[in-house]
Amino acid sequence: MTSYEDFPCEQAVTMVTDYFEGALSVEERAVLERHLSWCDWCATYVEQMRETVRLSGTLREEEVPAPVMDVLLEALHQMRES
Amino acid sequence: MARLAGLRAGRRQKRPSCRGWRPQRRCKLTAWDQVSPLTCPVLGQDGAVDDRELVDALRAKDEAAFREVVIGYHSAMIRVASFYVSSKAVAEEVVQETWLAVVKGLDRFEGRSSFKTWVFTILSNQARSRGAREHRTVPFSSLEADERTPGVPGERFQPPSDRWAGHWSDPPSPWTDVPAARLEGNETRSLIFDAIRSLPPQQREVIALRDVEGWSPEEVCAALEISDGNQRILLHRARGKVRSVLEQNFARAVTP
Repeated sequence: MTSYEDFPCEQAVTMVTDYFEGALSVEERAVLERHLSWCDWCATYVEQMRETVRLSGTLREEEVPAPVMDVLLEALHQMRES
Repeated sequence: MARLAGLRAGRRQKRPSCRGWRPQRRCKLTAWDQVSPLTCPVLGQDGAVDDRELVDALRAKDEAAFREVVIGYHSAMIRVASFYVSSKAVAEEVVQETWLAVVKGLDRFEGRSSFKTWVFTILSNQARSRGAREHRTVPFSSLEADERTPGVPGERFQPPSDRWAGHWSDPPSPWTDVPAARLEGNETRSLIFDAIRSLPPQQREVIALRDVEGWSPEEVCAALEISDGNQRILLHRARGKVRSVLEQNFARAVTP
């Protein structure tokens, strides 16, 4: 069994994205989760990465400007006619 | 279906009903640590048949279909383009040029990639060359130090000589005290936007498509022609750096 000392925080930090993506092996995942259950600092780091992902998804919606749509529709109708 | 909670309910309301090629059908990324892509019904329905239907409609100059796909992809296209070029106005030009190229190239589209992938590949190429012409340089020097723990410099861990080598010496402070209005406010959005813009190009592309647009790993790998492993490395670096920008900002919020 891996002890807390044998599995440094620095290593946990390298594994976070693979953890989210389900790309860790069963053993790696178990070791990381054990570490996270002990280590509030790494648990905070993992939570912040999750939050970063969530917040990146909140960038705003954009509308198509009407003149742009007009140009594009015009191009659609011109297609293969030129 | 509750497991697919990530579908962007708010964004879908504006758009008409569902068909496979319409861009709102996506799994949001936060669901990916729970949902296997192999079992995701949304991805499972995405496919060549609907793409063919769309492309046929566009070739037939179906204005409604065209209008819908242009509107549906617009936000994502503007944002992806904005990460490369100097202003939103230029990004809008790039998006317009992309659609003109799509219309011109419709006859050549063979369906080897999905329609969406094809459009975004054209967009990335256009935006990248436009950005290069603008001579945009994007240093992220202070944060490049260690790419394995991106955004967390080595000094924040105990040195090898220490009994607790590799454990935190300067651990992150929780964001639980940051008020929600601040956490999700405009300043945070603009910090994230600027942080993504400053990333090296490949990291920028991966995080923009995965985390901002909510594409699946498979879609991103196909669009950028990279392996799944490479995609995860780029994503890890990009997220780590964006997190560190937020960390610096929220640290100021918590300890004024």
